[in-house]
Amino acid sequence: MATVWGGFLRLGSLLSLSCLALSVLLLVQLSDAAKNFEDVRCKCICPPYKDNSGHIYNKNISQKDCDCLHVVDPMPVRGPDVEAYCLRCECKYEERSSVTIKVTIIIYLSILGLLLLYMVYLTLVEPILKRRLFGHSQLIQSDDDVGDHQPFANAHDVLARSRSRANVLNKVEYAQQRWKLQVQEQRKSVFDRHVVLS
Amino acid sequence: MDNRGFQQGSLNSFRSSSSDEDLMDIPGTAMDFSMRDDVPPLDGEIEGKDKSYNGGGIGSSNRMMDFLEEPIPGVGTYDDFNTIDWVREKSRDRDRHREITNKSKESTWALIHSVSDAFSGWLLMLLIGLLSGSLAGLIDISAHWMTDLKEGICTEGFWFNHEHCCWNSEHVTFEDRDKCPEWNSWSQLIISTDEGAFAYIVNYFMYVLWALLFAFLAVSLVKVFAPYACGSGIPEIKTILSGFIIRGYLGKWTLIIKTITLVLAVSSGLSLGKEGPLVHVACCCGNILCHCFNKYRKNEAKRREVTTHGLNSLSFGESLSGTTLGMRIWGLYVSYYFPLKTLWRSFFAALVAAFTLRSINPFGNSRLVLFYVEFHTPWHLFELVPFILLGIFGGLWGALFIRTNIAWCRKRKTTQLGKYPVIEVLVVTAITAILAFPNEYTRMSTSELISELFNDCGLLDSSKLCDYENRFNTSKGGELPDRPAGVGVYSAMWQLALTLILKIVITIFTFGMKIPSGLFIPSMAVGAIAGRLLGVGMEQLAYYHHDWAIFNSWCSQGADCITPGLYAMVGAAACLGGVTRMTVSLVVIMFELTGGLEYIVPLMAAAMTSKWVADALGREGIYDAHIRLNGYPFLEAKEEFAHKTLAMDVMKPRRNDPLLTVLTQDSMTVEDVETVISETTYSGFPVVVSRESQRLVGFVLRRDLIISIENARKKQDGVVSTSIIYFTEHSPPMPPYTPPTLKLRNILDLSPFTVTDLTPMEIVVDIFRKLGLRQCLVTHNGRLLGIITKKDVLKHIAQMANQDPDSILFN
Repeated sequence: MATVWGGFLRLGSLLSLSCLALSVLLLVQLSDAAKNFEDVRCKCICPPYKDNSGHIYNKNISQKDCDCLHVVDPMPVRGPDVEAYCLRCECKYEERSSVTIKVTIIIYLSILGLLLLYMVYLTLVEPILKRRLFGHSQLIQSDDDVGDHQPFANAHDVLARSRSRANVLNKVEYAQQRWKLQVQEQRKSVFDRHVVLS
Repeated sequence: MDNRGFQQGSLNSFRSSSSDEDLMDIPGTAMDFSMRDDVPPLDGEIEGKDKSYNGGGIGSSNRMMDFLEEPIPGVGTYDDFNTIDWVREKSRDRDRHREITNKSKESTWALIHSVSDAFSGWLLMLLIGLLSGSLAGLIDISAHWMTDLKEGICTEGFWFNHEHCCWNSEHVTFEDRDKCPEWNSWSQLIISTDEGAFAYIVNYFMYVLWALLFAFLAVSLVKVFAPYACGSGIPEIKTILSGFIIRGYLGKWTLIIKTITLVLAVSSGLSLGKEGPLVHVACCCGNILCHCFNKYRKNEAKRREVTTHGLNSLSFGESLSGTTLGMRIWGLYVSYYFPLKTLWRSFFAALVAAFTLRSINPFGNSRLVLFYVEFHTPWHLFELVPFILLGIFGGLWGALFIRTNIAWCRKRKTTQLGKYPVIEVLVVTAITAILAFPNEYTRMSTSELISELFNDCGLLDSSKLCDYENRFNTSKGGELPDRPAGVGVYSAMWQLALTLILKIVITIFTFGMKIPSGLFIPSMAVGAIAGRLLGVGMEQLAYYHHDWAIFNSWCSQGADCITPGLYAMVGAAACLGGVTRMTVSLVVIMFELTGGLEYIVPLMAAAMTSKWVADALGREGIYDAHIRLNGYPFLEAKEEFAHKTLAMDVMKPRRNDPLLTVLTQDSMTVEDVETVISETTYSGFPVVVSRESQRLVGFVLRRDLIISIENARKKQDGVVSTSIIYFTEHSPPMPPYTPPTLKLRNILDLSPFTVTDLTPMEIVVDIFRKLGLRQCLVTHNGRLLGIITKKDVLKHIAQMANQDPDSILFN
């Protein structure tokens, strides 16, 4: 029975992952399609010519119209000089997606903010809470944790305590403590003993 | 030594830590704490495969045996910091495949299952490509934005960086193309003006402050959440792909933290790149997505195949270079481990990743590749001389960098310096930021610097580097005559020279700190600066002395002969080759990055020269040097072993050591075995028929023994310390009133590899390399004599090469 459940779980997570990936791609395409009018431009750089100083012209125009004659407006020179002027100009078609940029930056900043909050909680708030709940007398410090102001220093005993009841919240706490122990091990190998990643 | 500590540590970690890879917890299965780690969720299929291990069905003549046929969770998995057994994993996968194929003839459901199993590989590649492409896009966009955040902010929308802020602005002038009113520098925001000494000081101060803030956030996040996310990651990935296990190194927390902190590290202005960490990110994607598929989750060898695909899929967002780079980094073009079909799958994954990255479009349509090269002017034969000079420079710099960096990292590892990682990061960032701000070429981000250096100067370029004196009246098309350098070029040369010195010095201290740091971009920057300096020098030489024989015969009068941008490209390739010792994939990367196919010959010349020069000065590339520094058990696939030693010179036990610790096939009790396990730290034991005959039966792993005995003590009734353990098919005849016996045949490897004691070590090393063995037994006249492990082989190679054999820490 457990195996069927396991199979369903895996199938479900696989489907959800594929849906997520496809939706991300679709979102990107949609955002490309619902492009901002201002996200497309033809940029012409014209150097100084005779009496005119150099100028940069931008215009929201399609790619086939991206040349000097359509973009440079008003034309600073008259008549036969136009061709000579336009020969010196360099026109380039550029497009971007400001929606993608906005969404990406906001996603990144929110993840960063969440991580920072969690870090502050783990390093500062949790020890204070635990100290208040369990009292000073129960601060067990194992041998290699003496003076250890790292986070997760009390993971061992909290873990021991949390095994009694089995409900969802406790499972979360259990998983969290397990993760903390793992991170502590990693930290010891990398930062203290320098056996990995030196 | 640390090794013993690690054996103990691994025993402890066995009991107390858990696998980061348990993405799916099936509630209720194993609340027992000691069994929780590294246990794949229960699945009836796993251990059934071990039946073929024993060569056929297991006849059960005893009620006890039925119980033991059920899969015991944990058997067949590996301890942390150990090497996997490639042969076992490969045979397991083949059995699984065979079973599915056989079953597929039975019912439609099984047929669908077999088809989906075959498809799952390609689907997994698709998902990996999508995920790594999206992450690369996220990292690129965020890094571009955050780098500019040090200098100012956009009032139109804070999410725009400098370039995009002024994109739609109408107030951009020809002379001052960088300024627009929408972009406010910090001095403009704080004291409402941008001119004057005070504004400069305010900008300076804000720049250093932001840099310190980013670096501090990066190192704290790494320290608190995922210590494995620091460094480049490529040495560890090379080792993992060759069969080593580092639990959690490719896990989800490492992925998240590496992505986030990479952006922070790059934005803080430190002299590091993001290509190496991107490779780590891509491998994490590969590893994490493996958990969705049964085929890959259980099998370590298959997982490594997929991780390689992840690696290949992400290199600069381009497909071909990604594939070749991946192959080169892992250094096994064709080997026993990975069949050739993985090449095709990797290319598919790389294609998907490139497509995803392109649709996210972080650079805008104007630039399809990272450093866009627009020129196609031909190069001349006499220019090979300066190109080779650049190659020599690249090789020299590469050797120097590797030596100094390894010395510094060793200092970090052994002295007090290693105890203050956060302070170290902050100090280096402060020094870098303070020295970088005054010089505009160090202030800009390194990738921007490289693209500016690669860029050939057209008539309309406004950068200082392109400040040539235009003493001509007309210009035809795009061709420019050669021009003397203006004032701007000379001052740019001075600034670039200072930049070169700063970058050379500071990268030595930056690479290897406890934040994600890559090496490609800084080395390319060093090379590009040197190349550009040389190129401009050559160009001016050609202008002022165009009557010399060399220039006269090749350059037409008045035409522009030398393209300094090309010299920058060649210099970048040379320095990168000198540091990493790549050749083929380097050239492929360079031409994919820049789109310039004409310049393959100069690039190859420079890359080969730099590799030869660097190899003459130092044996190994930077990543191999780091592997050796950390003592990972990485068996180099390319080096020849040319000594005349024999297997009996390397095997353990040595002449004066106690005899080999063996288990007998049916005469040891549970207590005896437990004593053996607790008194020794070996990771496996040979099983012999009897101590007198020493005839080999098989090999059993320590971890499997521990798990099976514990399991039997708990679940099986009657098993006590005096129960006999037997590895044969049938229980030995026991007198009545003795406790029931314990059969452990299903954890016994019945086909261990053996060599005779007079086998030359050349062949033994070859066997280890080609088959991916972990240990090999040594026999003499048919009797078991000793054992050679991978660690012994590595130590022996190190000894023969006059290196320190004690530096090999792991097995």
